[in-house]
Amino acid sequence: MTRYDLIRIPAARALLVNRWPQFLVRCIALVGFLFAIIAGLWGTPVGSRNFSIVFVWIAWWASLILVAVPLFGRGWCTFCPIPMPGEWLQNRALLGPWGRKPPFGLGRKWPKALRSIWLQTGAFALLALFSAIILTRPGVTAIILAAFLFMAIGASLIFERRAFCRYLCPVGGFIGLYSQAAPLEVRVRDTAVCATHTIKTCYTGSEAGYGCPWGVFPGGLVKNTYCGTCLECLRTCPLDNIAINIRPAGADLSQSRGRKLDEAFKAFIMLGSAFVYSAVMLGPWGQLKTAAYAIGSLPWLLYVLAFLAFVFVFLPGLFYLFARAGRSLAPSRQNVRRSFTAYAYALVPLGLAAWIAFSLSFVFANASYIWMALSDPLGWGWDLLESANYDWTPYLTQYVPVLQTLVLVVGLAWAGVTARRIAQEDNNPTAWRQAIPINLFCLFVTVGFLWLLVG
Amino acid sequence: MNAQITVASIAHPRLRHWPWFVLALIALAITFMPLPVGAGAPVSHDLRIAASQYNFDPGVIRVNPGARVTIELASTDVVHGLYLDGYGLEVTADPGQTATLSFIADKSGTFRFRCSVTCGPLHPFMIGKLKVGNNTLLWRGMALALFATAVGLWRFR
Repeated sequence: MTRYDLIRIPAARALLVNRWPQFLVRCIALVGFLFAIIAGLWGTPVGSRNFSIVFVWIAWWASLILVAVPLFGRGWCTFCPIPMPGEWLQNRALLGPWGRKPPFGLGRKWPKALRSIWLQTGAFALLALFSAIILTRPGVTAIILAAFLFMAIGASLIFERRAFCRYLCPVGGFIGLYSQAAPLEVRVRDTAVCATHTIKTCYTGSEAGYGCPWGVFPGGLVKNTYCGTCLECLRTCPLDNIAINIRPAGADLSQSRGRKLDEAFKAFIMLGSAFVYSAVMLGPWGQLKTAAYAIGSLPWLLYVLAFLAFVFVFLPGLFYLFARAGRSLAPSRQNVRRSFTAYAYALVPLGLAAWIAFSLSFVFANASYIWMALSDPLGWGWDLLESANYDWTPYLTQYVPVLQTLVLVVGLAWAGVTARRIAQEDNNPTAWRQAIPINLFCLFVTVGFLWLLVG
Repeated sequence: MNAQITVASIAHPRLRHWPWFVLALIALAITFMPLPVGAGAPVSHDLRIAASQYNFDPGVIRVNPGARVTIELASTDVVHGLYLDGYGLEVTADPGQTATLSFIADKSGTFRFRCSVTCGPLHPFMIGKLKVGNNTLLWRGMALALFATAVGLWRFR
C-alpha cells in the first residue's frame, strides 16, 4: 500500500523535530487542563456554565472523537498535558535530555502480568458507570482530571517511562484502539537499518531525545495502538530512519501480527458503551437517565449490572456465536479463540463510527455553551468576551441525523471490508464465507444504532 | 486454470468499472428515491407533555404529516423548555404552569425535542421525539446498511 512520508518535507521535519512547538502547545493544554480542575472545584456547579464541563466534554471531546482520532490516530497523545508534570520530575528537566541526568524516581519496570490494556479497559468501564455524574457535575469532572494528573505523576515516580499512558489511561486505551483506523502512522523506513543500528537510541535515548516514553521499539511497530506519536524517536534516530506516513485509513486492521484478546475486548466495551450511552443519554427514556444518575441507588445498581452484562458478556457472547457460525461455513486454520479475536478488529471502524454518530448528537446541540463558558468560565458573572449571555442555540441539529446515518453506513461498509480481509488471511477460496455472520452481526449493530440515533 | 472470467475482466478498460457505477446508482436511488411520507389525514393533535427533571412524558409523540399540532407543555418541578429540532420552535414553561406551542407538522420524519432551559445536571440529555409520518431517513439508512453488506459479500465472494 502506498504511503507518503511527511518527514520528507523539510519544513514538516523541522517543525516536528524541534521540541519547542510541541512543548508550547502542551504547556497551553496544561494550563487549560489545570484551569478545568480549578473551574470544576470552585466554579459554578451548573455544568453548562462551567469551563470544566463545557471545554472537557463538549469542546475537547468533539475535537478528539470527530477530528483527532479519525484523522491523526494518537495525535491527541502528542499534545496531551497529563503526563507532563510526571515526566518533568522523572526526567529532571522541562524540555530536553541535555546533560543526560539519570531519571528521578524508582524507575521500576511495569509488572509483566499487567502488560496489557485490561487495566485501561477496566478503568474506562468504571468511569462509564459513573458517566452521568462525571459528564454533568463540574466538581466530579475536576476530581477525575486531578486523579489522572496525580496517577500520572505517581506512575512516573514509581515506574520507568510513561507507564500511566501506556497501561492506565482510560482515554489512551480507546484512542489506541481506534488509532488503527487512522490514515497516519509513525514507522521506520527500513527495518534493516534498525537491525544494523546496535545502540537503538530510539529506545535507549540520546543527547537528542528520550528513549521511547511508551516503551516501544519503533523498528518493531506494526500498528498504531501503542505508539503515542510523542516524536522522540524522530529526534533520537541518528540514521534518519523514522517516517511519519500518510497511509490508507485502517491499514493496521489487516495486520495479522499482534492481535490480542485484550484489544478485542476493548472493541466490544467501546461499541457496547456507545450503544448504552446512545440509549441512556440520547433516548427519550427519562427513567434510564435518572437511574444512571442516582449513584448508589437500586436503579443505578440495576443499570450497572445491565451495563456490565451487556458490554462484557452479551455483546462478546453474541459475537462469539457469530464467529463460530462463520467457521461452520468455511474451514479455518485458526482455533475459535483466534478467530474471535481476529474478527473483533472488524468492530474497530464500526465502533469508531458509532462514537462519532453518538457524539454528533450532543456536540452540535450544545456547542453554543462554549461561547458562554469562554466569556464566564467559572460562572461568576464575568463577561470577558461579551458572550456570557448568549442564548443556547442548537447548531445544525436538522442535519445531524443525516450525518449520523452516513457515518454509520460508512462504518458498517468499512467493518465489512475489514472482516472479509481478515477472512482471506486463511488463504482458501471459500474463506470469505467466514465473514458472512460477522457482516450480519455488524449489520444488526448498525441497525440498532440507526434506530437509537435516527429512529 | 482457476482464473475467473467475468464480463468486467474482458470488457474495454473504460467499461471495467461498470459494476461500481451500477452500485453507485442503486445507492443514490436508495438515498434520493421518493418514499411515502405516511398515510393519515392531517387532523389536529392536541397534546399535553409533562416536563419533569430529565423526562418528557410522553417521550415519544406521533402525528400525521400536515397535521396541526398544539403542544401544551406542563412543567411539574423547575422551569423547563421545549426546543423542537428541524422546526426550530421553542416554548418555555414555569414550574406548575403550562405553555402552548402550535405549528403545522409540514416536515416528515423524526425530530428530537430537547429541554431548552438549564434545569439540572442532566439537562443536556432531557430529550424526546416527535414522529411525523414515516421516518424515511431511518428506512433509507437501513436499506443502505443492508445494501452495503450485500455488496460487500458479493464483491468479495
